[in-house]
Amino acid sequence: MTSSFLPAKPDLKFKPHLLRNRGNKLLTGIAGLFSLIAVVPLIAVLAFVLFKGISVIRPMMFFELPPPPGLEGGGIGNALIGTLLVTGISCLFSIPVGVGGGIYLAEYSGNNKFSAFVRFGTNVLAGVPSIIAGVFIYGLIVATRILFGNSYSAVAGGLALSVLMLPTIIKTTDEGLKLVPQELRWGSLGVGASKFVTTMKVVLPSAVAPIATGVVLAIARSAGETAPLIFTALFSPFWPEGVFKPIATMSVLIYNFAIMPYDAQVTLAWAASFVLVILILAMNLLARWISGFAQR
Amino acid sequence: MTASGSDALYKLRHRPPSEKLVDGSFKILVTVLAALVGLILLAIFLVVFMESREALGKFGLSFLVNSKWDPNTDQFGAFTSIYGTLLSSFLALLLAVPLGIGSAIFLTEDFIDTRIRAVISNMVELLAAIPSVVLGLWAIFVLEPFARPILQIINQYFGWIPFFSTVPTGPGMMPAVLILVIMLLPIITAISRDSLNQVPPDLRQAAYGVGTTRWTAIFQVLLPAAISGIIGGIMLALGRAMGETMAVTMIIGNSNNFSFSWFAPANTISALLANQFGEADGLQVSALMYAALVLMIITFIVNVLAQWIVKNLSLKYD
Repeated sequence: MTSSFLPAKPDLKFKPHLLRNRGNKLLTGIAGLFSLIAVVPLIAVLAFVLFKGISVIRPMMFFELPPPPGLEGGGIGNALIGTLLVTGISCLFSIPVGVGGGIYLAEYSGNNKFSAFVRFGTNVLAGVPSIIAGVFIYGLIVATRILFGNSYSAVAGGLALSVLMLPTIIKTTDEGLKLVPQELRWGSLGVGASKFVTTMKVVLPSAVAPIATGVVLAIARSAGETAPLIFTALFSPFWPEGVFKPIATMSVLIYNFAIMPYDAQVTLAWAASFVLVILILAMNLLARWISGFAQR
Repeated sequence: MTASGSDALYKLRHRPPSEKLVDGSFKILVTVLAALVGLILLAIFLVVFMESREALGKFGLSFLVNSKWDPNTDQFGAFTSIYGTLLSSFLALLLAVPLGIGSAIFLTEDFIDTRIRAVISNMVELLAAIPSVVLGLWAIFVLEPFARPILQIINQYFGWIPFFSTVPTGPGMMPAVLILVIMLLPIITAISRDSLNQVPPDLRQAAYGVGTTRWTAIFQVLLPAAISGIIGGIMLALGRAMGETMAVTMIIGNSNNFSFSWFAPANTISALLANQFGEADGLQVSALMYAALVLMIITFIVNVLAQWIVKNLSLKYD
């Protein structure tokens, strides 16, 4: 009886000429080809930027101003300072607000409507296009001249960036705090510490690594953002004149100089790209190192 | 003696008012900070809506279908840019989705050594961090000159199709689509890979157990199980593509003349904003704000849909 269900001689050998086995090979080849197509341009971008950057960069570039159109030489000193300054301003706002919001979500909210709204808002804010953040700050701060009568300024640029950093920091703080074992909170409350002391002295310190990872990633992203800055921080060919004046940043420098018909400017755009990419990759590696440190 | 001692030892400590005050105000503080997220979101909508009222009143819904954008005569219609935003995103997805999912399958199956796969995965994630303005610079000087001969050949042989009817001479829709593909690939690959990795191994083992080949298992078991995560990732990538500004602005040509050809210069909403906002005044600012409002609503719908899909369509395994 059973033998009628099976071939006379059960043959378990792999038969490569079967259609399904050939089809398998073909599909494997296609998947390999697809990943090759996906990886090659990405590596090409990185390799080209690094190669081109190394060939044009001079140490003096870090201490010089960009040249007027048509002249040779010059550097990206003001843009480098500007990027650090604007990113610093954005941190001043987004880190306290983001970490505070994250603490609320993880420690104080139950599953009430308000926290659901905040979580939804965070997700929506994460999807807001970066140029919209620029438009928003333009309408709120630049056009109204609300900052002591100044229009374009480093502060406006920093605030535009902080709108983009906020969702990342809230999410990572929320998730980092949730990973802290509940026993730590009970233990702290059990020996008589208040909720405030428990949160600040027990829970937050044990979640510092995942929070720092999120913050570093958010900073790395905002350092390369251009769209929110082109009509908030604007650009300036001079050294920074204070936080309420227009300021040069490396990303806007790349955008402005890339389309100029002068070699000196294009060279500076490549140099700035090189510095920016190195800076951002270093911060990403730092974030990985921190999160690896946390898992140990 | 002992009784009074233990009384003192176990005497309840009353919390001083100062401690209660700190506790209470800290709770209020973090609640306010959390509320700030919602406030910022509302403020974004409000500012963009209020600033666009003038154009809203003047052009109404015809703004969406009128393709004439002329600051000299104060005639504004954003059809060219809206069409450009939708077309560039969908074309980019059409190319990036198969490539991304194919790579994700390649990275989750055991075709090559685990260590090499880990290296590729890490590289793809690091490359997602490259700023879009740097990709734009690369697109101007490397990608577009490289792609132009290929596009010219397509134009030569398929020029009778309206989409390929312009001779490619520089910046245009197609180079913008190509750079978008490069930007979307890391997102789609990373999310698809994570979704595929989360499929329980039992499913694969059961599929192999009933005698499927590897690819039958992938197509009929693994991909359907991971589909919600993958679609969510694709939707997030779509939202990203629609809002993407710098790389596209630098390579799309910024032309407000409508053209069916994909090789002609075009425009997107975000490129329009990036280009004109700095020098605009009067009604033009309001028209640009209206365009920003349209972009916000489109990306809002896409992102909310993405969240809904991930939340409600995922298969639950216990």
